[in-house]
Amino acid sequence: MRRNVLPGLRLSLGVTLLYVGLIVVLPLAALVFKAASLGPEDYWRIVSSSRALASYRVTVLCALGATLFNLFFGLGLAWVLTRYRFPGWRLVDAMVDLPFALPTAVAGIALTALFTTNGWFGSVLADLGIKVAYTPLGIMIAMCFTSLPFIVRTVQPVLEDLDPALEEAAQSLGGSDWTIFRTIILPLLTPAILAGLSLSFARSLGEFGAIIFIAGNQPMSTEITALLVFIRLEEYDYQAAAAISSVLLFTAFLMLALTNWMQSRALRYTVRN
Amino acid sequence: MGGMARGKRPPRVGDGPLVRRLLIGLVLILGAFLVLAPLLIIGVEAFSRGWAVFRDTIAHPDTQHAILLTVFTAMIAVPVNTAFGVAAAWSITKFDFWGKRFLLVVIEIPFSVSPIVAGVAYLFVYGLQGLFGPLLDDWGIKILFAVPGIILASMFVTAPFVARELIPLMQAQGRDLEEAATSLGASGWRTFFSVTLPNIKWALLYGVVLCNARVMGEFGAVSVVSGNIRGQTNTLPLHIELLYHDYQAAGAFASASILALIALFTIIAKVALERQGAGRVRRPALVTQPAEKAS
Repeated sequence: MRRNVLPGLRLSLGVTLLYVGLIVVLPLAALVFKAASLGPEDYWRIVSSSRALASYRVTVLCALGATLFNLFFGLGLAWVLTRYRFPGWRLVDAMVDLPFALPTAVAGIALTALFTTNGWFGSVLADLGIKVAYTPLGIMIAMCFTSLPFIVRTVQPVLEDLDPALEEAAQSLGGSDWTIFRTIILPLLTPAILAGLSLSFARSLGEFGAIIFIAGNQPMSTEITALLVFIRLEEYDYQAAAAISSVLLFTAFLMLALTNWMQSRALRYTVRN
Repeated sequence: MGGMARGKRPPRVGDGPLVRRLLIGLVLILGAFLVLAPLLIIGVEAFSRGWAVFRDTIAHPDTQHAILLTVFTAMIAVPVNTAFGVAAAWSITKFDFWGKRFLLVVIEIPFSVSPIVAGVAYLFVYGLQGLFGPLLDDWGIKILFAVPGIILASMFVTAPFVARELIPLMQAQGRDLEEAATSLGASGWRTFFSVTLPNIKWALLYGVVLCNARVMGEFGAVSVVSGNIRGQTNTLPLHIELLYHDYQAAGAFASASILALIALFTIIAKVALERQGAGRVRRPALVTQPAEKAS
């Protein structure tokens, strides 16, 4: 055991614990406390009401759809950005972060303007009989936008660090590109992909700003859980808001645990000296 | 589909011209639809009713107040968060103590909690239905539906931003330099400012830039704790919603264009800082501490 000579433990740890305690832990504890004070029967009645269940359903299904789309699009983006050089690739690489940098409300009104029936894309899609704005499809597109960078940014560094010798060995044994991708590259990327998927899914479950403009917000069909919480607040139904928020909070904790577990798995394959 | 060798490098998987063109084309088209188009339409819609409407919206007292409040919130939340991030990184990377991994996870929590949940949580601390609400009300202190609530909620959602950039980097850099400086008699502050800070300055700035972007753009958490009072507790993102639902689309997009510009500046700053080496040690390191794990 080596003796630590550095100063500042008390100050820095004190500031850290105080800040985390006041800013992060206290509010969440207050929320859990409020939800717990309801009693099991009332709590269950609120969180399992048909309107709440419908909101979970649309939120989870849209988040799954958006995550699945981003799996392919994000993987494709990461691949193209690491393997190919073409005019403007740096610009594309930088623009991948736009969904993180652009405020969600701005993204929300921009996507709505694009996809309403008289918007750039909405008018074309309407001719094909596809309605996007004010339907679950719109919710999914908003989720796709806000969670796009996660998979790209978790897969990209692993893909960059991939040892070319592995591919060369497989090539010299006569493997086709597709076979090598499927049997050599994809398994190496899988931990990073899973970590990116769980981050992307978690973000989609909690997203609010980008969705409410495009969603239509009809109870039972296009009302996401975060919005239901907001509506309960506006009705001054604080108990219901606390109970439904606690469901979102526990889901977030579950996703956080899952993500940490997957990231530590992902690191097993990427950490080098 | 082996493809022909271009130059000296042997062809790698997926280097065949057909696959290459197909993938680049597909990704660029999708990217144009999903990322570029939203950015373009903000500009187009902002000026759809002409330059005069754009100028009048920006110059309107309510918009001006929203801009000021947004900047003011960032001026408080970002420095406080930065100080916290540095303190957290110093304690976590320079010392060993019980419960460190747990603390790391707790710091990350705001990153995965829905902003709406964050807002509601603050309601149950400082609101009239909350823990301290009645007490604060007796004392005449207003936190919720006022500016302090907006700042607190913004600090919650961005709490991990600076720490997340610093911790993996400082972990990778180790403690040797600081220990040398201290054993030569430098004080703690001196060690930090002349030994640690020069090594982490780009990562620190990187975290600050990302934190600032999120504070200025935060919508969900702030919309719960703000009273949405025009000219009083309306931040720029809330102002956009208000105009939009008021059927003033051009005005909403004009206000949105300011935030879009900030987003573009953020991306430019991010790229510039990445050239300096910031953001290289990736986030996953935060939880599993690779510097200690690597053999």
